[in-house]
Amino acid sequence: MRREFSRIVRIVGFVAVALTVIGFMAACAKPVSKDYAIVFKNTGNPYGDKQMSGFKAGIEEQGFKAILQAPAQPTAEAQIQIIESLISQKVAAICIVGNDFDALQPVLTKAKTAGIKVFSLDSAVNPASRLTHVNQADSAKIGSTLVEAAFDMSGGAGDIAILSATSQASNQNLWIDYMKKDLQDPKYAKLNLVKIAYGDDIRDKSVSEAEGLLQSFPKLKVIIAPTTVGIAAAGKVLTDKKLQGKVFLTGLGLPSEMATYIENGACPYMFLWNPIDVGYLGAYTGTALVKGTITGAVGDKFKAGRLGDYTITKAADGGTEVLLGPPFKFDKTNIEDWKTVY
Amino acid sequence: MIDRTIRLDRSWSWRSFFFQWEWLLVLIFIAINILNSFLSPYYLDVDTFVSMPMTFLDKAFIVLPMTMVIILGNIDISVGSTVALSAVVMAVSFNAGLPMPLALVLCLVVGSVCGLINGLLMTRFRELSSVIVTLSTMIIYRGIAYIILENQASGKFPTWYSTLGWGSVGGIPIMVIAFAVCAVVFGLLLHRTSFGRRIYAMGSNLTASRYSGVKTGSIIIIVSVLTGLMAGVTALFLSSRMGSTRPNVAQGYELDVIAMVVLGGVSTAGGKGRIGGPLLAIFIIGFLNYGLGLVNIQAQDLLIVVGLLLIVSVLVLNVGFLDRKKRPVSPTRGEKEIQEEDL
Repeated sequence: MRREFSRIVRIVGFVAVALTVIGFMAACAKPVSKDYAIVFKNTGNPYGDKQMSGFKAGIEEQGFKAILQAPAQPTAEAQIQIIESLISQKVAAICIVGNDFDALQPVLTKAKTAGIKVFSLDSAVNPASRLTHVNQADSAKIGSTLVEAAFDMSGGAGDIAILSATSQASNQNLWIDYMKKDLQDPKYAKLNLVKIAYGDDIRDKSVSEAEGLLQSFPKLKVIIAPTTVGIAAAGKVLTDKKLQGKVFLTGLGLPSEMATYIENGACPYMFLWNPIDVGYLGAYTGTALVKGTITGAVGDKFKAGRLGDYTITKAADGGTEVLLGPPFKFDKTNIEDWKTVY
Repeated sequence: MIDRTIRLDRSWSWRSFFFQWEWLLVLIFIAINILNSFLSPYYLDVDTFVSMPMTFLDKAFIVLPMTMVIILGNIDISVGSTVALSAVVMAVSFNAGLPMPLALVLCLVVGSVCGLINGLLMTRFRELSSVIVTLSTMIIYRGIAYIILENQASGKFPTWYSTLGWGSVGGIPIMVIAFAVCAVVFGLLLHRTSFGRRIYAMGSNLTASRYSGVKTGSIIIIVSVLTGLMAGVTALFLSSRMGSTRPNVAQGYELDVIAMVVLGGVSTAGGKGRIGGPLLAIFIIGFLNYGLGLVNIQAQDLLIVVGLLLIVSVLVLNVGFLDRKKRPVSPTRGEKEIQEEDL
């Protein structure tokens, strides 16, 4: 009897394994063509989802197929594995939102050698591993806008802290560098940057880092979170602790996620560009690189669908980049209109 | 029968030969390859087969000593942190002026020392389980790595160093060659030496082994040092592939490694399992991940597939399909039935 039972369990077990594997593969198998791939930092990031959807729309309206990929963890080693599989698939172009500035160089060089056009978007990889970089906005401008916001909210003096993504996220690090540079200005002499915390763009870690900031620095006046996951986490913490009006929050956030905190006063105003447009611009940059319209050199011009004409410019890190436009300000007067958009 | 030395009571037969867990793994492996090539036109390609092992072989080095650890009935969850600490020390000391070859040796030494500390703690304080010991050192090692590098990346290694993780000799990646050598060494250690037999004895019954004169303490320490050493080897290859290192590298490697060992049919209760199973499991999980990646299945779905594969395999193992050990026989049963049970 017992042996009968174990035989049944074993058969059911095998069938279950086989069906699962076949099911997953069949469900996801797609016909193959010259594809354009985007690799985001990690899964479960609403900002990333918007960016990838913009990329997909831009690629598909030109009649190509888009591959959207992101690792489960925001690490460079996980992205290496994804890029290896994209090289095997012989995609036309890889658009990488880097988890590390330098660590992806070997695998991206391999991709370039295989004839794939490699460029970064949003979070850059080093100039040696990319043809160009699609940037949301002028990094110096983002830095100075956020410092100005902190100055305004704190009333000109007091402790401020930064809640960032991972310590290796190159876009956040660049903005933070510009913020530090700006803070040297005598105008901001009374602003005191007490800490840069890293929430790794993971929700619970960002929440505990935000709580840690409030605990360690009771006189904290402003938290600047230049990342959508971080700013939403900080907004939640400030709201839960009823600190609206005592500690202010600003940074870069998604209107849909931040509407509550802008309306309740935890975050008087914040900034962002449209992540869908960033992805969309990335899509047209990719196809222009593959067609040979541009090579990634300074001065190259191309047309990016509904967004109009763009020119490649020199980037601060020594490479080249395409700039989407200036950051956009969200406050109580306009958040109602934007929260349903993205 | 590969290891007839420990199963003297079993006579050889075709049926028992083919009903081994390893054969089932071979079947799964073949099935995965067929499915992959069926679903992606890029799968059956020399380039794919050369680059595929490189995406998972770095952690495979730890699978070898982890098999020994689990056969001992222990577990080591500090390996991921050991990898991070060795890699960080190597990168920092190189950037502080140490010549690269010496930095590589230092990396292996740091790994071994981490393992040694685990081993000493486990033998010195027997009342602490290996989970507790390695849980604490997992946090400590990663913590030290963070103190050294403070959330930054370090790298700028000489260019020849990247050939370790990316280069190949005669078309075969260096990593594959290195792994094959290590696998043979560990296979011989486990199945052809008295050291290996003592590991099995301790896994089956620690007290009996001690009373039989097995120096259980030194065996645990040796296995721990080997684990640390191989974590150091992983750090070498991982940093070479990354071109730089950070304190948060190799996060979650311990669980990937343990999953491979368990899928390989090594019992977490200790005393059972062979090196061949985990070796096959490395390639099953690795090829499955890569193949599913080729058809662009999302990362979270990949995790589900591997998790399902793992739980079903453990279930199948434990309901007695391939139970190699004789169950205690009740005296009322006839002899014929015992033989059938034995299969």
